[in-house]
Amino acid sequence: MKKKFLGVALSVAMVASLLAGCGSSSDDSAATEAPATDATEAPAADGADATDAPAADEGNAASGDLIKVGIINNDPNESGYRTANVEDLKAKFTEANGYQASFAYSLKNEEQIASAQKMIQDGVDYLLLSAADTSGWDGVLKDAKDNGTKVILFDRTIDADESLYEASIVSDMNKEGETAVNWLADQKLDEYKIIHIQGVMGSAAQKGRSKALDDKVAAESTWSIVAQQTAEWNADKAQQIVQSVIDSKEKFNVIYAENDDMAKGAVAALDKANISHGVGKDVIVMGYDCNKWALEELLNQNWNYDGQCNPFQAQYIDEVIKKLEAGETIEEKTIVMDEKGFDATTITQDDVDTYGI
Amino acid sequence: MKDNSVLEMKNISKSFPGVRALQNVDFRLCEGEIHALMGENGAGKSTLIKVLTGVYEKDGGEIFLKGLDKAAVIRSPQDAQNLGISTVYQEITLCPNLSVAENMYIGRTKGAGTNWKKMNAGADKILKSLDIPAKATQQLSSCSIAIQQMVAIARAVDMECKVLILDEPTSSLDEHEVEKLFKLMRDLKKKGVGIIFVTHFLDQVYEVCDKITVLRDGQLVGEYVIEDLPRVKLVAKMLGKELDDMTEIRDDSLVYKEKDASEHIFEAQGLQSNAGIKPFDFYINKGEVNGFTGLLGSGRSECVRAIFGADRVIHGSVKIKGKDVKISKPIDAMKHGIAYLPEDRKVDGIIGDLSVRENIILALQVLKGFFRPISKAESYKFADEYIKLLEIKTASADTPIKSLSGGNQQKCILARWLLMNPEYLILDEPTRGIDVGTKVEIQKLVLKLASGGMSVTFISSETDEMLRTCSRLVVMRDRKVVGELTGSDLTQNKIMSTIAGGDN
Amino acid sequence: MGKTKTEKSGFSFSAILRNQLFIPIAALLLLALFNLIMDPSFYAIRLGENADGFKVLSGNLISILDMGSELAILAIGMTLVTAATGGQDISVGATIAIAGSVILRVVCGGEQSVTEYKAPIIVALIIAIVVSMIFGAFNGMLVAIFNIQPMVATLILFTAGRSIAAWINNNTLPVVNVKSFGVFGNYIPGFPIPTPFIIAMICVLLIFLVLRFTTIGLYTQAVGINENSSRLNGINPIFIKFLTFVILGICVAVAALIKVSRISTINYSVVAKDIEMDAILAVALGGNALSGGKFNMTASIIGAYVIQFLTTTLYKFKVQSDALPAYKAVVVILLVVLSAPVVREKLTQLGAKMKANKKEVS
Repeated sequence: MKKKFLGVALSVAMVASLLAGCGSSSDDSAATEAPATDATEAPAADGADATDAPAADEGNAASGDLIKVGIINNDPNESGYRTANVEDLKAKFTEANGYQASFAYSLKNEEQIASAQKMIQDGVDYLLLSAADTSGWDGVLKDAKDNGTKVILFDRTIDADESLYEASIVSDMNKEGETAVNWLADQKLDEYKIIHIQGVMGSAAQKGRSKALDDKVAAESTWSIVAQQTAEWNADKAQQIVQSVIDSKEKFNVIYAENDDMAKGAVAALDKANISHGVGKDVIVMGYDCNKWALEELLNQNWNYDGQCNPFQAQYIDEVIKKLEAGETIEEKTIVMDEKGFDATTITQDDVDTYGI
Repeated sequence: MKDNSVLEMKNISKSFPGVRALQNVDFRLCEGEIHALMGENGAGKSTLIKVLTGVYEKDGGEIFLKGLDKAAVIRSPQDAQNLGISTVYQEITLCPNLSVAENMYIGRTKGAGTNWKKMNAGADKILKSLDIPAKATQQLSSCSIAIQQMVAIARAVDMECKVLILDEPTSSLDEHEVEKLFKLMRDLKKKGVGIIFVTHFLDQVYEVCDKITVLRDGQLVGEYVIEDLPRVKLVAKMLGKELDDMTEIRDDSLVYKEKDASEHIFEAQGLQSNAGIKPFDFYINKGEVNGFTGLLGSGRSECVRAIFGADRVIHGSVKIKGKDVKISKPIDAMKHGIAYLPEDRKVDGIIGDLSVRENIILALQVLKGFFRPISKAESYKFADEYIKLLEIKTASADTPIKSLSGGNQQKCILARWLLMNPEYLILDEPTRGIDVGTKVEIQKLVLKLASGGMSVTFISSETDEMLRTCSRLVVMRDRKVVGELTGSDLTQNKIMSTIAGGDN
Repeated sequence: MGKTKTEKSGFSFSAILRNQLFIPIAALLLLALFNLIMDPSFYAIRLGENADGFKVLSGNLISILDMGSELAILAIGMTLVTAATGGQDISVGATIAIAGSVILRVVCGGEQSVTEYKAPIIVALIIAIVVSMIFGAFNGMLVAIFNIQPMVATLILFTAGRSIAAWINNNTLPVVNVKSFGVFGNYIPGFPIPTPFIIAMICVLLIFLVLRFTTIGLYTQAVGINENSSRLNGINPIFIKFLTFVILGICVAVAALIKVSRISTINYSVVAKDIEMDAILAVALGGNALSGGKFNMTASIIGAYVIQFLTTTLYKFKVQSDALPAYKAVVVILLVVLSAPVVREKLTQLGAKMKANKKEVS
């Protein structure tokens, strides 16, 4: 009996692991449903394999007047933001739009660099890069220049000379923070007692979003921080942080969370303690990233504000490439995207559908 | 301190939780003397040695060494070594994958630089002076156990030790190797080294020692010059009572009389395991005591392991009480009432960190099954019963088995299998490393069990022990059964000649 | 099973020191004392209403019991794995992501956001448990049959697990907008004690029943201490090791249910992040040897709550939470030092001396 059970369990386990393994390799060629399958292989140790080789090969065979782009991105599984970002790129850079695209995903800089080198060797026309780390890219970008591959950075900047890339399409995290803090100031509360839940310390998003608030708190006497802690983008930790403040019976009226997950965790703690939140309630809840579900919370007036971190860079990149192909030059290399902040009192279902990720 | 003594221990005391291991023990060792330290298991020999070598810190007493005008402070093995006290343990404590020279100098080189040439030459010189057949550059693991032991001694000697402790050095050596070791000991003796020799082999004591100190229950019984203490008296001193003549234990207690000769409790044909033995046939009757004999490595252990399913059986058929059965793993054998006390107590027998109680009930528990645990109360009852029955010396049933002495550990394992109430009990070297008293007890027990109808297969390196207990001996040579001896053939000479083979 | 017995002689300093529960309880008391001195209001417990209008208990102590639940549940399985294999499973965080993902996949039926269950929650839980057991079995197979070091074997799922979790849900983050889904991570309507704690206590009760009515305690310890002997006593060490990983799999699925219920959604990359280290720490804090063998389940579970106590205390005193690992490191160092035989020996001697002095005085 034991033996049988063991045998069955083992074989099931083997099959499961095989499926998980096969899933990624077999489905990769079908670029349309790639987000799911790429996810399974992205963090795997071998970075070179992460390059979507089949697509590139097909490109060689069928490339007529298609523009070959190699896209190096972070793991789509990193966050909802990244998922939306990857989907947006996949939707834009299709053969129908005149592109032959190959993709590589990794959260590790060295794996990304390896993929980039491979793409350059494969002779892509454009290298689109969202680097995991800001440093270490000079060599690769020089190679790219020598090979005539043009580089466009998106989402993240790197420490390299401006001459090495054509354009850099970024979000301005400082501006995001300022937009949000200005909105908060507009609420004209008599007193601001804020629980500030930060993202992973040192990340660009955390720095930008924290800075605006820190500056404002330092400047205004009616603004104060009740608690300022990092929850490392984690809902669970955010819940604990807010719970701890509640347990200490400290008063607060604003939750400023640097992403939606953490805002959700904070709200869970509020609900437990029966502290009302949302439009016209005791506590103002603010989040970032515009997840669809978060915008729905706004729509239901459970939350008050959500700041956008625009993941839809494909359109901007497309425009840059079109300009370059047409022989124009890019005047301002750093292109800052438009980013919105949504207010629960004005948000519409349309906004949710359009901007929700 | 007398002039010619190198070591004097006075009023040494040491306690462990629940046990007073040493109580005011004195010990004196002279220059150029081989001094046997004797006692039953748990008498305090090991503790005394460990206090002397700094493994344990003594609770009370003083240690004097020649050349020191006040009591020596020994807090660690390093201290002991620096004071010229070296120990060679039963288990080799060297590094098998280093060379002989490296082993001899390990931990003794000063500074970063090492002059290998000089070191190898030095090592060779010492090896040669001690007549040890090993080369400095040879890898240690390529030497026999005996040579390794001698290298350990050479290492100790080279550190200019005044006191050399040999803790059961001969238990894994064959006769020839023992002889070599003794020669080395005598050489060292001539050089003035004081040697403390701990052993269970009485013969060896009388062959090589000058003096004997006997301990019992943590107390000093006395120090004797070897000529003044004949064997029987020594044994009596160790046990604290006059020994019933060991040679006579078989007379009236031997109830076994082939009464159920027709019934083979166990029968195997062409049995073979993956441990490298040739296929063999074997049977045992109800109430019979038989044995496998042969030199170490002749395959006797492998045979019984095959019977128990401890090694993978690759060939042969097995019948229990005439019925065909399949034994492929230990649990199968246990279900058919077979119990097996393995040769290597530490590796295969005890579960060190578990308590005496848990160790005793283990086999019965496994037999009862996964979903029928023995209740705590019941397990205490079983454990206490067997602790009493086998006179296991332990602070309590909850003491971890590893803190017991070897003999008492062995009794626990024996209790484990007896508790299972087997029909067929296999004992592989149950008396190895055990003191004389316990040996006799175990032999008596075996015969008593047999008279109660249990079948027993008994393996021992000591032939006279086998002769005393077994009515039939299967003789093995080179992993093959070469003969079977019964009745009047059961003599030392006959066994020797069968083992040796050939025409003589 | 594996309970350390206090000696019958009664109060004795050295006996207490030797007792395995000493370390976790001492740590607990130390933390409790610290809080008492710094701010006695730490211990205030209130009965208030939650957003749904039900009476619930709240306060720091309740938060500790609540938030420490997942860890306590994991500590159960981790203790068994540690005892039997002498190694640890470092993939539990990743497999929580998988199990959580499975629960959401079943409940949401593949949709992004649902307002009613697509499948009953119990079905989701059962499927999650089965999936977790399979992944546990996978780890167990590598360890028991192929004899791979547990840490190395579980490294595979540690790296791949979160991606598998994302893959299960097509890389979307489903949200369950059903009130009753939050029950497992919050409160049962009308019952004032946090559900996670109740679930944890049920798990604790179950494991004690299992330890009481099966021989798994004895077998895992025997296998962990001496595999050879165990085999010769009729135990199947391969099966036992395998079994402990499968049990840990069940623990993982239950912990995952609590995790996803807390916020009604999941984030694959951060959910239960680094929880494996806390679970291992809980086992160590319980005074259990990480090299396997004897274990004390009670001590591990207390160890888990001690870690949560520490975390909550640090939050309470607004210590930057990214400094948390540093404090845990200090605990680990203390622990390692305290449990070193040398130190224990010295402490026991000290205890004996103190006792002797006391006698002289009296």
